[in-house]
Amino acid sequence: MPPLAPAGASSVIALPEERTTALKAKYARAGAAARLRRIALFAALVVAIGIAAHVAEIDPATFWRKLGGLTSYVDRIGRLDNGERVWTDPAEWFWGLRRWLRLLGETLLTSYVGTLWGAATAFLLCFVASAKTNGALALRFLAKRFLEFSRTVPSLVFALVFVVAFGLGPLPGVIAIAVHTAGALGKLFTEIVDNVDERPMEGVRASGGSLVNVIRFAVLPQVMSNFATYTLLRFEVNVREATVMGFVGAGGIGDEFLIAIRRFYYSDVSAILVLIIVTVFLIDFGSEQLRHRVLIDRRAS
Amino acid sequence: MNLFAPTPDNIARLRERYPRELKPHAWRRFKAALIVAGVIGLFAFGLYDFDFSPWRIASGLAALGRFVALMVPPSPEGHAAQFLKALGETVAIALLGTLTAAVLAFPFSLLAAKNVVKNPIVHFLARRVLDVVRSIDTLVLALIWIAVVGLGPFAGVLAIATSDFGALGKLFSETLEAAETNALEGVRAAGGRRADEIRFGVVPQALPVIVGQVLYFFESNTRSATIIGIVGAGGIGLELYEAIRTLEWRQVSFIVILILVAVAAIDFVSGKLRAAMG
Repeated sequence: MPPLAPAGASSVIALPEERTTALKAKYARAGAAARLRRIALFAALVVAIGIAAHVAEIDPATFWRKLGGLTSYVDRIGRLDNGERVWTDPAEWFWGLRRWLRLLGETLLTSYVGTLWGAATAFLLCFVASAKTNGALALRFLAKRFLEFSRTVPSLVFALVFVVAFGLGPLPGVIAIAVHTAGALGKLFTEIVDNVDERPMEGVRASGGSLVNVIRFAVLPQVMSNFATYTLLRFEVNVREATVMGFVGAGGIGDEFLIAIRRFYYSDVSAILVLIIVTVFLIDFGSEQLRHRVLIDRRAS
Repeated sequence: MNLFAPTPDNIARLRERYPRELKPHAWRRFKAALIVAGVIGLFAFGLYDFDFSPWRIASGLAALGRFVALMVPPSPEGHAAQFLKALGETVAIALLGTLTAAVLAFPFSLLAAKNVVKNPIVHFLARRVLDVVRSIDTLVLALIWIAVVGLGPFAGVLAIATSDFGALGKLFSETLEAAETNALEGVRAAGGRRADEIRFGVVPQALPVIVGQVLYFFESNTRSATIIGIVGAGGIGLELYEAIRTLEWRQVSFIVILILVAVAAIDFVSGKLRAAMG
């Protein structure tokens, strides 16, 4: 049998040259349209970046000039007042540990109370906002718009207004987190209720159950584990958000961090950052364990 | 006689016939009650600790009611051009921040994906780096960047970029890991090197999903970019902060409506784009 490929070039079977060129041309034509569209999109993106950079007053030169500041800043927050590295004297580094832990506790409590309050509100409103449990279109519309509004306005903006209305301290932070959480969880809860299996609901209704019975015995068993996992996830998010509530005077560790950074207490900045990161890690870990347990319980029953 | 009607007689009969199924779950009930009591107890302690009182809530709500009454009609009161410019700045911050984050997060996510980097130590470390970045709120990062590069939108871009680097890096690496192995094996069978396997076997599967995620983050960043102005990192947040501090409630409502409209518009456009790609 004669070899298909030129002898010695390769043992791989190859098509004759004229046929490969024809195929390559066909392939190039097929790809050209897609490539053109990609180039157009890329050009549009470049133009958008150019406009954005102009609006945000950024040019590459200042970028590089200022970026050097980062290493020197990281270096400074890594040193104590006496110029030593922070880890050479942990007691000095974490000199305010008791106070910071108390404030972190306040932050955690803020997010806990805010999450629970918001989740309870979302729980009540999701049955009003879902077509499965509420036939009144006007009420449904109102509930949905309320949830949308409280979800779209960031919790810090609520906190800004609530600090003026309720006075300084963690309480406005709690209410701000509660309102935003009600909006965020309310939407998720509503979608879960929208997707429940209707047959158990019909069963309860057929045996004479009221709307409350339907929700209690046909809807809740289907949705509770999802509600719980979403609430726990939201709690993780809220812990992060609660750390900054202090920036606007709404309590917790944020206030202390703001002071440290504004007054250039460099080692305090790194110490508080480390505490925040460790706390968030622990909360995320604990919440993840709980979420797995909730899901396993559901599968077991 | 209806044997299935929920009359006391029938219930007693059923209890008698199925004692095991219908006995009260004393221990489980006790445990559940204990958990509920703990959850509510901590909640109550929180309210107590935060000086919660019906009186304080009532007076706060009354103040809120007054503010809302003062908010209508919303009006820029002569600052329309300034507000629009600040809004443009916010959108610009969101765009540049998201893109920078995506460009930096993509190569890093390759390190954090199990199917790309086989070395467990490398992707363990890469994941922890992403976790650390994600555990810091955008606003905290904004403060740090302000300390480094000074006040202004540049700090905002860097804050969004850093914060999204953590979130996008995690999402990208998970997307890469979800890629089917068939294509990768195909490339290997055709004689591709390891780099070819990743370039032609993994990345093309993940790329459309990744673009969708970036667009989604751009949407949500327009929202977070509105607040980083509060600490001085540029954009509409600063105007909002000033308006609230000086109690110019009609400007406050105008700015909030401006933000809501801008966010809705960007959601709409980006939703269309994502649908066009999907």
